[in-house]
Amino acid sequence: MASSFTRLMSGRNKAVLLAGLGAGTMATGFLLSESSPLSADLKTKLYPPSSDYPDLRKHNNCMASALTPAIYAKLRDRVTPNNWTLDQTIQTGVDNPGHPFIKTVGCVAGDEESYEVFSDLFTPVIVDRHNGYDPKTMIHPTDLDASKITNGMFDENYVLSSRVRTGRSIRGLSLPPACSRAERREVERVVVTALAGLKDDLDHFLFDKPVSPLLTCAFMARDWPDARGIWHNNEKTFLIWINEEDHTRVISMEKGGNMKRVFERFCRGLKQVEHLIQERGWEFMWNEHLGYILTCPSNLGTGLRAGVHVRLPKLSKDARFSKILDNLRLQKRGTGGVDTAATGDTFDISNNDRLGKSEVELVQLLIDGVNHLIECEKKLEKGQDIKVPAPVAQFKK
Amino acid sequence: MPFGNTHNEWKLKYSAEDEYPDLSKHNNHMAKVLTQDMYARLRDKQTPSGFTLDDVIQTGVDNPGHPFIMTVGCVAGDEETYEVFKELLDPVIEDRHGGYKPSDKHKTDLNAGNLQGGDDLDPAYVLSSRVRTGRSVRGFALPPHCSRGERRGIEKLSIEALDSLSGDLKGKYYALKNMTEEEQQQLIDDHFLFDKPVSPLLLASGMARDWPDARGIWHNNNKTFLVWVNEEDHLRVISMQKGGNMKEVFNRFCTGLTKIESLFKERGHDFMWNEHLGYVLTCPSNLGTGLRAGVHVKLPNMSKQPQFEEVLKRLRLQKRGTGGVDTAAVGGVFDISNADRLGFSEVELVQMVVDGIKLLIEMEKRLEKGQSIDDLMPSQK
Repeated sequence: MASSFTRLMSGRNKAVLLAGLGAGTMATGFLLSESSPLSADLKTKLYPPSSDYPDLRKHNNCMASALTPAIYAKLRDRVTPNNWTLDQTIQTGVDNPGHPFIKTVGCVAGDEESYEVFSDLFTPVIVDRHNGYDPKTMIHPTDLDASKITNGMFDENYVLSSRVRTGRSIRGLSLPPACSRAERREVERVVVTALAGLKDDLDHFLFDKPVSPLLTCAFMARDWPDARGIWHNNEKTFLIWINEEDHTRVISMEKGGNMKRVFERFCRGLKQVEHLIQERGWEFMWNEHLGYILTCPSNLGTGLRAGVHVRLPKLSKDARFSKILDNLRLQKRGTGGVDTAATGDTFDISNNDRLGKSEVELVQLLIDGVNHLIECEKKLEKGQDIKVPAPVAQFKK
Repeated sequence: MPFGNTHNEWKLKYSAEDEYPDLSKHNNHMAKVLTQDMYARLRDKQTPSGFTLDDVIQTGVDNPGHPFIMTVGCVAGDEETYEVFKELLDPVIEDRHGGYKPSDKHKTDLNAGNLQGGDDLDPAYVLSSRVRTGRSVRGFALPPHCSRGERRGIEKLSIEALDSLSGDLKGKYYALKNMTEEEQQQLIDDHFLFDKPVSPLLLASGMARDWPDARGIWHNNNKTFLVWVNEEDHLRVISMQKGGNMKEVFNRFCTGLTKIESLFKERGHDFMWNEHLGYVLTCPSNLGTGLRAGVHVKLPNMSKQPQFEEVLKRLRLQKRGTGGVDTAAVGGVFDISNADRLGFSEVELVQMVVDGIKLLIEMEKRLEKGQSIDDLMPSQK
């Protein structure tokens, strides 16, 4: 509708406006001579990082704590080798301000290289989330030797079920926030082929599409349900989720209190799957500073959550319960998992930490901790008093 | 997503077959049209601002649709989307807009004087009248693709332009992120406030990113003219009032819209428009006029007639519940509006609503008296 003259005029005025927004004079000069649509390149010059810096004043997540305007300016125009950007990394944290009491992470990796390309953001986030673990200097131990576990059989009057989960990513393929349909299908192919090599028969069914905005804002639900599924053995004691929040989530679980057996099966199954994918030239994402690389920084290191459903009717009503859990480096959740409330007096108790301690260390910590909680419960039953245990040491520096 | 082309270069390493979405359970316009061959031809293209085919179709892949309701399943990220991906969008547009061809021209007519009647809809039946449309600001990416900087730029421009309005259009802007509790409640009570989209159709296209940054509502002091900034489109412009004086609503709509357009032009910005697609908006369903003119009307008897749907179809009208799209009618009160957007001018569409509502009310009155409506049956417009 506009003649070429008015388009030139509007281009001139547009340049003035954009200069007012903080654009460079060189770029505005360019615009005076062109009336073509704005290319992506041109936009990065016309919109300086300051015009794009998110409003994080009402936010309470690790990303918002770490992302200064200077860091944003430094990282905004970088891309990983798979074309993943900073804006994509932080989108979930911008869209989900968080909760006054619960500090979420607020950023995700699109690929293995994200943690390096955007390390100016991820390093402080990791230090914050993982209680001072510094990925620049510290080494994360990996130990999947289940034979080292002691006292791994719980009193089944209290412990109803035992479970260990972790995640694994396939090196060379983008992570769920970033992956294309072909990459996601490749992950599925790689894992399913490997599972075919396991001795057990495995059934397949589908989990629910994520509804949590933390996940949907991180682009993880795209193309649902394409290339998603769960494989499990007949007894449903070993399960693998494919392409939900991570490439794979590996779970070992059973009713009762035999955590040692659960962990043995976990380690054995993991090693088998790893071996089977290596036979075909694939490997898991791992490095000595971050351990196993997963989508959410909160799951780096071991990615391991070992937990039980345990009845603690008296202890859970004791005012010292939270402090005891804190000192034992344990967390409680409802029996529906994260973000649920406990039913009755049965709690999901699991390890807090993921990074800086090995798998064996974390499972042993869980076992020792739960055994201690059961001892407390028994004492309270007999009318005896309990003591708050000393805090467990953080990582060896 | 802004600035980049969303991983597209990397994806080209995989074959079209490996990337082609599984549309076997889908029922939307995009899924009907997008074959694997077409996907292969379009997948390496991008608009100048980096919007790609996968960006266009993501909402349609993520929302298979409904066996009875045909959604569109694709969105534009910028004005050039409709050109770069015309092989996909032309047939979608043709299917959605009643056979509108790539060679057709769309007529714009915002001269409210051309409307005949419309000040005489029976207020015993017509509770309220409303006209809405959308406008996009040329040179900025659309809501699925814009950066925070661009979105803020649109908000800034809009506030400046709207603050210049005077007379009965004089009003105030309420930014979503600065709203007080009282302001929020007032806007809800006035039926003005829009909320963060919850429809998966919108969320899957990326329109809700960074909410509520740079989103807001402007309305005049009389509360008869309002503008939504940065919801599903850059701007949504709405004129509304109680009662049946659609002519007055449309007058104010045209005056306000024309004034806003000239205020933007003074600041160096056109609205996105071309003579084939008319006004360019985010969703292909809103191309052309982007106009929905409607009333809340009491038709308790007529709505129970088996011919109700057929009458609406012939009049080129559609019904919705009084909560808007995807809601049910309450107490025999329906939201009746034009079904078309493209290929008819604004005046023509509002005329259809005015004439159609008059006829429906006449039929309702006959049915109240127990009389037949057969002689009133309209022919297909």
